[in-house]
Amino acid sequence: MNLHKLSSRLCPTVTQKFRHLQIQSRGQQLEAVGVETESTEQNPLSVFRTSEQDPTYHSERHTGQYYTLPAAHIQKLFPHGLPPRFQLQIKTFNEGCVMVRPPALELISYLKKADYSKPPLRYILYGDVGTGKTMCLSHALHYCYTQGWLIVHISDAHLWVKNCKELLPSSSRPSRFDQPIQASQWLKNFKITNERFLSKIKTTQQYVWTKRERTEKGQPLGELVDQGVNRMKSSSDVVGAVLRELRLQAGGATEGEGAFKLAVAVDGLNALWGKTSLKKEDRTMCEPEELTLIHNVRKMMKNNWSGGAILTALSQTGSLFKPQSAYLPSELLGEEGFDNMEPFVPVSVSNYNEKEFESCYLYYLDRNWLQHSHSRSEEGKKELIFLSNKNPSILERLCAFL
Amino acid sequence: SCSVVMLLRKNLAAAGPQKFTQEFIDKQVEEFEVGKRHLANMMGEDPETFTQEDIDRSIAYLFPSGLFEKRARPVMKHPEEIFPKQTAIQWDAEGRPFHFLFYTGKQSYYSLLHDVYEKILAIERHQDKMRNKGLFTSDTKQILLTGSRWLLKEEIEENLVENISVQDYMRLIQLMELLLSMPYCSLEEEFILKFRKQLEVQSSKYEIPALQYDPQGVAFSFADGRRKSAKASITLRDSGSGNITINGRNYLYYFPVLQNREQLMFPLLFVGMSGRFDIEGSVEGSGHSAQAGALRLAISRALLSFVSEGEVEKMRQAGLLTADPRIRERKKPGQEGARKKFTWKKR
Repeated sequence: MNLHKLSSRLCPTVTQKFRHLQIQSRGQQLEAVGVETESTEQNPLSVFRTSEQDPTYHSERHTGQYYTLPAAHIQKLFPHGLPPRFQLQIKTFNEGCVMVRPPALELISYLKKADYSKPPLRYILYGDVGTGKTMCLSHALHYCYTQGWLIVHISDAHLWVKNCKELLPSSSRPSRFDQPIQASQWLKNFKITNERFLSKIKTTQQYVWTKRERTEKGQPLGELVDQGVNRMKSSSDVVGAVLRELRLQAGGATEGEGAFKLAVAVDGLNALWGKTSLKKEDRTMCEPEELTLIHNVRKMMKNNWSGGAILTALSQTGSLFKPQSAYLPSELLGEEGFDNMEPFVPVSVSNYNEKEFESCYLYYLDRNWLQHSHSRSEEGKKELIFLSNKNPSILERLCAFL
Repeated sequence: SCSVVMLLRKNLAAAGPQKFTQEFIDKQVEEFEVGKRHLANMMGEDPETFTQEDIDRSIAYLFPSGLFEKRARPVMKHPEEIFPKQTAIQWDAEGRPFHFLFYTGKQSYYSLLHDVYEKILAIERHQDKMRNKGLFTSDTKQILLTGSRWLLKEEIEENLVENISVQDYMRLIQLMELLLSMPYCSLEEEFILKFRKQLEVQSSKYEIPALQYDPQGVAFSFADGRRKSAKASITLRDSGSGNITINGRNYLYYFPVLQNREQLMFPLLFVGMSGRFDIEGSVEGSGHSAQAGALRLAISRALLSFVSEGEVEKMRQAGLLTADPRIRERKKPGQEGARKKFTWKKR
């Protein structure tokens, strides 16, 4: 204990890693004195955290380090977007910390360099189960949000192709099916995320919903969204209309005030071209084509508009009828999906490397998440490495009961 | 193995006084020896160095038997092993017993106790003589007792051809310990060692798989393992980084259950070489737990060639090298399953 006070007088930039070393090596106090921080910030920081909260300035220097998502941003940007286990973690730790990892940095660098007058580039995040695709997508979305883009975020496309309680025949087209609950839910989330844009964007044409309801040309987008939220029956068509409006107006430099960039983020992309588990009334299987929501999202995926980017991630965990070993885009998207999405920029996400594992471990220690005394020793760390094979989600589940 | 022998042996003392006379048994022994020499001649081998194993082999060759029960096949052994040891008739024609302790009921046991006490007294007299001469020293040659144990009660009963109780056995062992505690007990070493049995050294039994070298100079070894009808075989390569591939898939996806991954981890963690090896394995049969167990055994066996002698003993004591003998129990007729019975109806 005396040595701790002595060393804190000697080097004020005492790090948390030093404290950890003290906990771990009670006998060998001398080596702890010489430890210095890795980051060049002036406030005392831990090795695994960075004070750089803005994703715009994240660089290779920050790989493996955690940055905190501001609570206000979490509420606005990700009302439904984050994986459920991560949401639990935010609640437990009272902060949402995301690790900066190379795939996300790559994605953000592409977004910075892309030319937005041309058709949007399509990025697909792929990788094995539990390697962090959704988290990387969220990181990139946070970047877009801080840059002031309009976010269209479909948190899990798989939710739209399975477990639908209500499947109504579409009001506008006879061969399609509507999903009012999912559509209105999504419109609510869209409203929360993009509030400031709703009054600025105006509709370009008239939309007729029923004999009595219609939306005139030139109305703010907010009204369109409210229409969908209030009238559940036509909500799926509203979604289609909203997407169409955004497509037409994204990056439009003609309207000075309304210029915005559009980020379309879809998680679980393979749901759009896979099979559904929904049945029509005559007990035959529904095709994804026949669902209004899916049809509209597919139209967004085509690069016949400009002024934005399409960020997607594949997901095997929610997918239907796909084997667990499939993780490559060609396997999960199928032929049809692959042809539709070509050309795209693939970004692969893999398990943690040594440094990232180290910082994750230190983060859990810092948050007092690893209660078991054995997990703080070297032996315990080796066990964790082996048992999780440095896979982020498996590690998280493992540490949950330690 | 001695307990199995105990189960097979009948209660010798209850057989009663001898059914075969001593002359009969002597004659049988003579015939056995002659027969052994004849057999050696027949097989074309040297009669002088013809052992019991050779006899068994020759008999199995000359009288091939298709019987399943091994004990029912033709056998040629020394009469001591065939005719059970039995008590001789202990009284003469007029009914007077030969042994002076006959009326104690357990004459051999008590005579043994007498013998032991005689020896104790003899050693004390020897001690006194040495003291008188002035040559008494405490550090005389001690008898080595490590690696051996006292004979069990059943084994002593077999030697004495008498039943003794637990208290009798304890008394005998106490007397032997008393004999051992005296400084000059090495005089009676031979007598004492008759009552000790050697324990076998366990760990010398494992054959270590050979360590082979790659063209690049990387060491690797193969090993197999089995558990409950699951067979596993692995290649353990040195200077790796802890990747494990099973049947072509990463072990994280092949064994989603934590328990199975822990089973794989245990041998490596125990020896302390968790990040050092690359393992490539193939496993088939049975269920996921059994496959994990089979792989664990295979990994432990492959590790033997990378590890020192002391570590081998530690692994054996940790149970890493023992093949788990448990298999599925057979379903019996008249019952639902192996143990479960049908519903019992009173009437």
